[in-house]
Amino acid sequence: MCGIVGLFLKKDDLRPRLGDLLTEMLISMTDRGPDSAGIAIYGDASQGLKMTIQSETPDEAFTGLEDNLNALLGAPVQMRVVDTHAVLTLPEGSEAEVRAYLAEKGIRIMGVGQSMEIFKEVGLPKDVAARFGIRQMAGSHGIGHTRMATESAVTTLGAHPFSTDGDQCLVHNGSLSNHNRVRRELARKGFVPQTQNDTEVAACYISSRLAEGANLGEALEGTLDDLDGFFTFVVGTRNGFGVVRDPIACKPAVMAETDSYVAFGSEYRAFANLPGIEDARIWEPEPATVYFWER
Amino acid sequence: MTTMANTQVREDLDIGLQPRTIDMAWTELRELNSTLQAQTGGEWVIENTRGAHALAVGLQAPLEVTIKGSTGYYCAGMNKEARVHVTGSVGPGVAENMISGSVVVEGDASQYAGATGHGGLLVIKGNASSRCGISMKGIDIVVHGNIGHMSAFMAQSGNLVVLGDAGDALGDSLYEARLFVRGKVKSLGADCIEKEMRPEHIEILRDLLARAGADARPEEFRRYGSARKLYNFNVDHAGDY
Repeated sequence: MCGIVGLFLKKDDLRPRLGDLLTEMLISMTDRGPDSAGIAIYGDASQGLKMTIQSETPDEAFTGLEDNLNALLGAPVQMRVVDTHAVLTLPEGSEAEVRAYLAEKGIRIMGVGQSMEIFKEVGLPKDVAARFGIRQMAGSHGIGHTRMATESAVTTLGAHPFSTDGDQCLVHNGSLSNHNRVRRELARKGFVPQTQNDTEVAACYISSRLAEGANLGEALEGTLDDLDGFFTFVVGTRNGFGVVRDPIACKPAVMAETDSYVAFGSEYRAFANLPGIEDARIWEPEPATVYFWER
Repeated sequence: MTTMANTQVREDLDIGLQPRTIDMAWTELRELNSTLQAQTGGEWVIENTRGAHALAVGLQAPLEVTIKGSTGYYCAGMNKEARVHVTGSVGPGVAENMISGSVVVEGDASQYAGATGHGGLLVIKGNASSRCGISMKGIDIVVHGNIGHMSAFMAQSGNLVVLGDAGDALGDSLYEARLFVRGKVKSLGADCIEKEMRPEHIEILRDLLARAGADARPEEFRRYGSARKLYNFNVDHAGDY
């Protein structure tokens, strides 16, 4: 089943409340996905590169990591530990070296970017949101997902959102049927999915199209030609937010727009706490139709 | 047209009874539905719906129910005799399997509105999305706006009236339901064809439009129905499936 929520602010007045509003939206979708939850949130752009990392043994993995990376790079690295995740702020140009170091230590990378942070774990959405303190986070836009697994195991890495390039993330409700073929084609282009999950293939597909020069709308349009199966995708980029549904459109979706925000929910329930929702324009996104907003 | 007699929309309110209000901020869904299911009549208002699922389902008496706001899945399902009015929009499966009575939605309806309905009248004043009236079995559905793809799939009887446009594959594998569309039809499904609008169809449509409060003339509509080629499997028609 799965539940999706998304909120893209058009004005700055709600920025301090982004995490709080997204948390309420995420919890409202618990019935649709009680086994794991995740959120990608676009906060203030950092001076360097933000890298969200994760470990099943955070005490062991994160102790001394900041100092070790400082020594490795010979430049200041900051680390903020949040439960099983940590957000590193790295000097520009150090990503490859840090990736190699973390791989050696068995520490997973959830996403990188100037402003995006990703947190996802197994458990009820309310518990996942509380563990990471999502309510306290500010930002310009964010995307969340509650998962009821169908195509791969209930694990942290199987939870959404998936991030496959800088400041990009994707969540998915549905299941893809041609992901193995597309996975091989993407791997040849250098976009290698890290898991066996079908959704990660869709995320890699969007990343590959953006890297080839497509804009967000064109990349989303491409999913209708190249991906087969059931899908409602919601995609975030550094300054953008997009939605597309497959032509059959059996996975539910509803959108709301006011002067202040654009919101996405698998159901109307996700909008019940949004300010000004009584006067919002509310509609169901059309099948095989791309919607996107950029600031 | 055996279903018309008991589907008048909001014409004979019980003047003597005060409306009773149920606030969903303090009420469990099962309590709401069991309370309403136990009534023999009266006027009820449901507030603070916040998109909840399965509101006012399984009603079996001529209640007058107003749902303030928008609802989730399966609003007013399995309705019999009650008249349900939703002031907002509804999620998937509104008025599913309705037997009689009426459901009026001021806003839009999501997928499969009025699915499998046996009777009664469903009015959507906004748009309905895909699969509207799928497998309808005698219900009358009037949509003031547009309907999405695969609407009236395998529809067996009853009338689907659309003042706006219809999406792809209208009336695929249709049996004996009548489809009336005023706007454009993107495409017809397998075995669905345009048919002649005869005087009896104009009369059916005039009555439905009046009862649905729709501002349209029956002469503006086209009628679609079954070509009746797919009733029994015939190997010569295999390509039509």
